[in-house]
Amino acid sequence: MRVTFNANGRPVEADDVWEGESLLFMLRERLGLPGSKNACEQGECGSCTVYLDGAPVCSCLVAAGQVQDREVRTVEGLADDESGLDPVQQAFIDAGAVQCGFCTPGLLVQTHDLLEREPQPSDSDIREALSGNLCRCTGYEKIMDAVRLASARKCSDASEVSQ
Amino acid sequence: MEFLRPATWDEALAAKAENPSALPISGGTDVMVELNFDRHRPGALLDLNRITELTTWESGTYEGQEGEVIRLGSAVPYARITKELSGPLQGLSIAGNTVGSPQIRNRGSVGGNLGGASPAGDAHPALLAAGKDVFVEAESVRGTRLIAIDDFYVGVKRNSLEPDELIRAIRIPVADGPQQFSKIGTRNAMVIAVCAFGFALHPKNGTVGTGIGSAAPTPRRAAEAEQFLADELASRGLWESGGLIGPAAVQRFGELVSAAASPIDDVRGSAAYRRHALAVMARRTLTWTWNEYTQSLRSAAA
Amino acid sequence: MSARNSSTRTIRGEKNLQEITTAHPDGIGGSPLRPDGTLKVKGEFAYSSDLWHEDMLWGMALRSPHSHAKILSIDTTEALTQPGVYAVLTHEDIPGSKYYGLEIQDQPALAFGKVRYHGEAVAIVAADHPETARRALAKIKVEYEVLPPITTEEQCLDPETHGYVHEPHEYRGHASGNIVHSQKVVSGLGVNEDVRAMADVVVVGEYEVGMQDQAFLGPESGLAVPAEDGGIDLYIATQWLHVDREQVAPVLGLPENKVRLTLAGVGGAFGGREDLSMQIHACLLAQRTGKPVKIVYSREESFFGHVHRHPAKMRYEHGATRDGKLVYMDARIVLDGGAYASASPAVVGNASSLSVGPYEIPNVNVLAIALYSNNPSCGAMRGFGAVQACFAYETQLDRLAAKLGMDPVELRQLNAVSQGSHLPTGQVIDAPAPVAELLQKVKDLPLPPALDTTHLDIRELPGALSNTSHGEGIVRGVGYAVGLKNVGFSEGFDDYSTARVRLEVIGGEPVAMVHTAMAEVGQGGVTVHGQIARTELGVERVTIHPANTEVGSAGSTSASRQTYMTGGAVKLAAEAVRNELFNLGRSRYGWTYNDLSLIGGKVVSASAGVLISMVDLLGDQAIDLTREHHHRPTVPFDKETGQGFGHVQYTFCAHRAVVDVDVELGLVKVVELAAAQDVGKALNPLSVIGQIQGGSTQGLGLAVMEEIITRDGKVRNPSFTDYLIPTILDTPPQPVEILELADPNAPYGLRGVGEAPTLSSTPAIVSAIRAATGLALNRVPVRPEHITGT
Repeated sequence: MRVTFNANGRPVEADDVWEGESLLFMLRERLGLPGSKNACEQGECGSCTVYLDGAPVCSCLVAAGQVQDREVRTVEGLADDESGLDPVQQAFIDAGAVQCGFCTPGLLVQTHDLLEREPQPSDSDIREALSGNLCRCTGYEKIMDAVRLASARKCSDASEVSQ
Repeated sequence: MEFLRPATWDEALAAKAENPSALPISGGTDVMVELNFDRHRPGALLDLNRITELTTWESGTYEGQEGEVIRLGSAVPYARITKELSGPLQGLSIAGNTVGSPQIRNRGSVGGNLGGASPAGDAHPALLAAGKDVFVEAESVRGTRLIAIDDFYVGVKRNSLEPDELIRAIRIPVADGPQQFSKIGTRNAMVIAVCAFGFALHPKNGTVGTGIGSAAPTPRRAAEAEQFLADELASRGLWESGGLIGPAAVQRFGELVSAAASPIDDVRGSAAYRRHALAVMARRTLTWTWNEYTQSLRSAAA
Repeated sequence: MSARNSSTRTIRGEKNLQEITTAHPDGIGGSPLRPDGTLKVKGEFAYSSDLWHEDMLWGMALRSPHSHAKILSIDTTEALTQPGVYAVLTHEDIPGSKYYGLEIQDQPALAFGKVRYHGEAVAIVAADHPETARRALAKIKVEYEVLPPITTEEQCLDPETHGYVHEPHEYRGHASGNIVHSQKVVSGLGVNEDVRAMADVVVVGEYEVGMQDQAFLGPESGLAVPAEDGGIDLYIATQWLHVDREQVAPVLGLPENKVRLTLAGVGGAFGGREDLSMQIHACLLAQRTGKPVKIVYSREESFFGHVHRHPAKMRYEHGATRDGKLVYMDARIVLDGGAYASASPAVVGNASSLSVGPYEIPNVNVLAIALYSNNPSCGAMRGFGAVQACFAYETQLDRLAAKLGMDPVELRQLNAVSQGSHLPTGQVIDAPAPVAELLQKVKDLPLPPALDTTHLDIRELPGALSNTSHGEGIVRGVGYAVGLKNVGFSEGFDDYSTARVRLEVIGGEPVAMVHTAMAEVGQGGVTVHGQIARTELGVERVTIHPANTEVGSAGSTSASRQTYMTGGAVKLAAEAVRNELFNLGRSRYGWTYNDLSLIGGKVVSASAGVLISMVDLLGDQAIDLTREHHHRPTVPFDKETGQGFGHVQYTFCAHRAVVDVDVELGLVKVVELAAAQDVGKALNPLSVIGQIQGGSTQGLGLAVMEEIITRDGKVRNPSFTDYLIPTILDTPPQPVEILELADPNAPYGLRGVGEAPTLSSTPAIVSAIRAATGLALNRVPVRPEHITGT
């Protein structure tokens, strides 16, 4: 079947899609968007997290055909332009939250969503929001640091703007 | 494999009538695991995502149900149940907040839990506890059928839906007393229940509701425990007095809940542990709800 | 049906398969950002599962549903006729050697005659889409005669009754019976009745460690591309490119120079990528079809596709004087190696030689063995051998302290090794060994505040959002542990690394290029290589060349060895380049200074100041040198006594764990996990802390949740729903104290970091759970059943 939808602000089209395929597979193998990762394909690790119509979901658990005419935003669509990084992306690099990096794309999308909803989350809020994203390398401490750093930077940017 | 994408509910019912073996998919959080792990290859997938009324809820009164009822669209995701219905569906909303991860809660729904009818589904204990007058609205081109929650689960991962039926909504009475839900997992997030327990006080009709998950071939209620506790509360005038239930009755309630289960040993836990944990959860959820109830009595009196 | 790509992305366009250049002022001791960090956060870093090639096929393996069975026949006829299927191969189609293996070549590339574990690959398929491949696999008919599996220690050790996993005529190593390897260590008087009589207090315990999985997130995957010369280019996630090639080439019937490997992005490793997984299969299919073949394991297949941590059964006996001095230790360590040898011999070597932990014990008698069985194969995982032993000896030390009425930390400090101590192998620790100090460091950290019962946040309690407790049943406990780990490959192995460093002027600036075959698996080796080049060459711009087999071996990214070994090689190569540059100046300008250094892009003499800029000195010349770094030699342990200078370096880490246990439900929340480690020299402090926290968390997983559960050799939980690893809600704040006491034998005085924290974290947490519950808890992972007695 053919699936057309919007990926990272651009209309895209995939042909010859097998009906049992996931959104994750379609993104990675048909649309040149391999940023979302394939760690478990059972919704247990969060590395495939993407926005679907504005809500973070596991793209491995969305059937490809279900996104017809809908909007998907992946890690590749977080940065504003070619050179810039989203503050969440920059904070993950700066805080040492990236080791092997396989969990990173999913964590970035999930953190991005958290800070959109709650710009100054408590540590417990962060842990709750990221509890569906497994990381095997870092022990999560640097990820906590990264989220706190991104939050602080976003809030100070916001206060500069408002002044 | 076919991929059916009805735009309306009527189209969906027609499609299901025409392809009774088509597997409905909404949030995909169970169905896609089956597909990804090559455990299931249905002839067709029936995508319900375009049918917007499935993701809405309304409150009202319905024949056969006392008082106000929430008619919960079968595809309302758990995240919204927890956010929007934590008062009227207290137990279900706590249960919903234990489902998978935030990402899963953005997609998974009660309709999916009911369709899959796994004994480990987190919604089931809360639905059972919410009362015997919880109904699954099953619909087909032949019409609407209300299935009482107690008649819904018929075997391991089997429910009483007919092959041409889809779940339109679940009718759940608005909580008339405190409700709780508790679940065991061997880590602190993202777990499939080792066992789970739902509990509700129904002061209006002087009953209590229970639901046991992951400790029997189907979700089930602890009928004897419910009867014992209802009798205890009534005979001792505790509904009115808000007095202490006392350790002996709490203990007995826990034992009866535990006795109602018929768990097995599996990789997630032993049968003995499940029985033990159910008793502990039963005691604790009873204590929490009773404390909440007595506080509400006191503040009403003040 | 086919999976085609609408873009023109090809494997050659992947950015991390090209050179990555970054500029930064920080050399060693700083924490510059990862050179691959920007690619990773943008989703542009190409992991092995992300690779794509025009016209590529998907490979997949058919795996045995039995743990032990004879293969009577394999019929691929029907599978081959499926549309979209390009090849179906069995062992009969292998052009070269049918066996491979890390240390002992005992594993068939595709099973023949017999399957020896649940999940062993029997046939492989190449097709145009994963679903086509799956359906084709279902059409392959394999007739098995199921045999009784040999799975318990008793069965393994009685082959006359229960049979052999490998028949004696099939042994390719030093196996005897179903024992793949054994090692004794005897020191002092050994352990006999006279020695036992010297002790006032004796504790004896039996301990078990479950089978842990590396559970790296990036599944086994790679892309094999047939080359015009009849060879194969393999893009792969591995820990050691050259040893992969050594094993792959003979099976393909190709000389090694026709099998070229390039490292693709690696999504974690932790030992699980030391052995081959899909490498041979992808290459065989590419060879047969003449098309690029990609294989990506599912999570389920990943559990069958790599080796795990050896489960262990251990009996330990310690004797001590009334005042707490250890007199003797007797230990028997039985490791289940599963169906094939993998790294079992080295695991046995570590388990035996490190079995005493960081303690001085005058009389020791140890036997460690690894078994062949029909359980899943076990091999390398972070801290191997030492992790299992540490759980046992640290539990023993706790019990001994309790029996003596001593503080458990003081008892450890009283017996701790220090520089100059003799280990039971006879090896003298000839570098700092601050074991007592590390323990003191974690002990002196302030304890986290007590549970605030007035403002409960259930997310901070055992069970968290599962809403099992609102404060009921919760008891706090504190526990300590310390461990001993070796760094690098041991027992006489010449564990060298190669590095090539090139210095030239590009765009008016001096640029150093570092080329090694080091597998960057997340640890940050590429960052450290840049730092070393900057320190040694006084440049800011460094280019990291993709790791491949065009340069010499870098050895394995394991055994905490890469910064020591390949970092050391980069240092040697950079020093050689620097000397070459000085020689250029000497010959061109007649310098006679011997106080030269490279600082800020300039050649500087300590006595005469700035002499010339590197740009001017180099002109359009490039200096390109390759060096090998060998550590000091070690020797094999004596088979009967375990004596010998067997290990390159030792490393130490101590933990303090604070836990809240719901004692009624048996649920655990680790409240804090503090660590102190001597790292010799922190080349990159941010990465060092990341390694310690990550390693500690894997120990946490082993303590309370992680185990592959088998029955009759069959894996019952090959998924992330039933094999649980810690989430961020399971993982506590982890304060880290770093000591930097230089090891004079190591480059920059550094000490390998990665594994030590994985040892002591597990026993520290279990000790804390014991403190909260009063239970013995002699097995990890501790399950709710163990705490509740159900």
